[in-house]
Amino acid sequence: MDRATPMPAMPEKNKSGLAGFLKFVVRHRALYIMLIPGLAYLIIFKYIPLAGSVIAFQDFNIFRGIWNSPWVGFKWFEQFFTYPQLRRLLFNTIIISFYQLIFAFPAPILLALLLNEVRKMAFKRTVQTIVYLPHFFSWTIVFGFTYMILSVQTGLLNSLIESLGFERINFLQKAEYFRTIIVGTGIWKETGWSAIIFLAALAGINPSLYEAAKIDGANRFRQLWHITLPGILPTIVIMLLLRIGNILDLGAEQIYMFLNELTYRTGDVLDTYTYRIGILGGQYSLTTAIGLFKSVVGFLLMVTANQLSKKITGEGLY
Amino acid sequence: MAIKRSLGEKIFDACNVIFLVLASLLVVIPVVHVIAGSFSSTQALIQNKVFLVPVDFNLDNYKLVIQNETFWETFKNSVLLVIVGTAINMVMTLVTAYPLSKSYLKGRKVFILAFVFTMIFHAPLIPSYILIRNLGLLDTFWALVVPPAIGMFNLIMCITFFRSLPEELFEAARVDGMGEYRILWKIAVPLSMPIVVTLLLFYAVNHWNSYFNALIYITDRKLYPLQLYLYHLLAEANAIDNYRGVNTLASLDTSPQGLQLATIVVATVPIVIIYPFLQKHFIKGAMLGSLKE
Repeated sequence: MDRATPMPAMPEKNKSGLAGFLKFVVRHRALYIMLIPGLAYLIIFKYIPLAGSVIAFQDFNIFRGIWNSPWVGFKWFEQFFTYPQLRRLLFNTIIISFYQLIFAFPAPILLALLLNEVRKMAFKRTVQTIVYLPHFFSWTIVFGFTYMILSVQTGLLNSLIESLGFERINFLQKAEYFRTIIVGTGIWKETGWSAIIFLAALAGINPSLYEAAKIDGANRFRQLWHITLPGILPTIVIMLLLRIGNILDLGAEQIYMFLNELTYRTGDVLDTYTYRIGILGGQYSLTTAIGLFKSVVGFLLMVTANQLSKKITGEGLY
Repeated sequence: MAIKRSLGEKIFDACNVIFLVLASLLVVIPVVHVIAGSFSSTQALIQNKVFLVPVDFNLDNYKLVIQNETFWETFKNSVLLVIVGTAINMVMTLVTAYPLSKSYLKGRKVFILAFVFTMIFHAPLIPSYILIRNLGLLDTFWALVVPPAIGMFNLIMCITFFRSLPEELFEAARVDGMGEYRILWKIAVPLSMPIVVTLLLFYAVNHWNSYFNALIYITDRKLYPLQLYLYHLLAEANAIDNYRGVNTLASLDTSPQGLQLATIVVATVPIVIIYPFLQKHFIKGAMLGSLKE
C-alpha cells in the first residue's frame, strides 16, 4: 500500500486540467492515502454535525430523525430572542465575557511587563514557575481550591470575615457573586500562562532601542511608554481581536462546575443551558438554534476581527 | 547594565518585587491550604483550624481515598483515557499533518481550509451529540477519545513545524526507496521531537483534565473518568453547603471534606509530576501556537 513513490518531490509543472491533477494524485497516492483518516474524521465529526444543524429549523424528534421531522422555520430563533428567560442567557454570556475582557484580558499584559522589569533572573524564573502552574489544573480542581477559600462553613475567607466580626457570606450560592468568582478564578488560572505570549513579544524588542533611549536620557517609565508598549502593541491587538471573536464562548468546563440552581440568574450561559435543556431535557431544536446562533456570531466576529487585524497590524490569523 | 539608578526606579523595583511576590502567594496559598487540609484531621477541618500547615497530621484522608473503590475505578478510566486518547490523537495528527505540510501537494490549500474552517465555525453541540448517539458511541469509552481525535490548533502547529524541515532530506529518502509512511516515522517524527513532545503533553493534559465531554456522553458510572467523579464530589459538597445554610453546624461523623481534599491532591499529582516537562515544552508550544500557517 505504501509502496514508495519513485518520483522525487519536485514542484510539478503546472499541467492544468483534471488529467494533470489525476496524474499527480496517482503519482503521490501515498500522501493522499495518508490524508484519508484525517479527512474521514473531519467529515464525520465536524461537517456532518454542521449539516445536522438544520434541525435548528425543524421541530426535531429523535425518533423521526432529520428526514421526517417537520420544518418550522425560524420559530426557535424567535423564541430565543423573545423569551425573557432565554434572553437572560445571552445577556449573562455577554456580560461575563465583557467583564473578562476588561479585567482578565489586561492582567497578563501587566504581569508580563512587570516580569520584564525584574533584573534577578532566578527570581523571575521562580515567579514564572509558580504562576504558570494553575493553567494545568482542571476546573474541578480549581473549584476545589475556590471552595476551600469561599465555602460558607470552612472557607478561609469566611473564617477571616468572621474573625473580623462580620457575618459569614455564602459566596458560592449567591447570584450576585457568581460573575466575580468566574472572572476571578479565570484570572487566577490563566494570567500566568497568557503572559507567555506577551513575554515573547517583549523579548523580541530590539535592545539597541533601549540603549539609544538611555543615551537620550529617557528613564525607565519613558522607555516603557515609548519603546516597550509600542513594541508589544501588535501582539496585544491580535490577542484582543481573538478574544472578541470568542465572545460567546465561555468555557462550559468552568461555568458548569461553579453553577448551581441558586446562581442561574446571573450565571446560566448559552453553553450550560444547552447542556441542561438540550442533552438532559431533550429540547434538541431550540438548543441547536442557540448553538447555531453562537457559531454564526463567532464566525462573523472572527472574520471581522481578522480583517481588522490585517489592516491594523498587517498580521492575520489565517 | 546601568549601575546608577534613580530613587524612583529603586522604589519601582521594590514595589515590583513585592507585587510579584504577592501574586505568587495568591497562587500558592490556595494550593498549600488544600494540601495542608488533606493531611489534617476531620475535627481540625471542621473547626477551621487549618491554614498552611496540617493540624493533627495524619494520613487518614489518604487511607480513605485508597480504600475508595470509586476513586480507583475512575482513576483507572482516566489513565486509560489518557493513554488511548493521546495515542489516537498523535497518530491522527501526525499522519494528517505530514501530507498537508508538502507545499507541492495539489489541493493542499483546499484541505487546510476545510480543517481551519471548523476552527472558526464550530458545529453546535447538539448535532454532534445526536451523531455520537446515532453511531452507537453514547456511553462508551470511544465517545471520549474518537470525537476529539484531532485538535485543529495542534494540527496547524504540527503542519507548520513539518514545513520547516528541509524537503531535500525526504527526497533523499525517497531515492533510497523509502515509502512515505516510513519517511514520516523514521525521518519526520524524529526530527520533530519538540513539537511531538509538545503535542503529546497538550493532548494528555487535556484528556486528564476535562470532565464536560464525559458529562455529556457518559452516564454509566463504571465509565466515569476521575474528573467527572471529582465534579460530582465537589458539586455535592457545594449543594450540601447550601443545604446546611450559614448557621447549622456541620455533622461531625460524615464530613467527607478530608476525602475531597485528599482526592483533589491525588488527582493533581500526575500534573505536578510532569510539570517540569510541561513548562519546558509548553512554552515552546505556546510560542509555536502563535505562528500561523
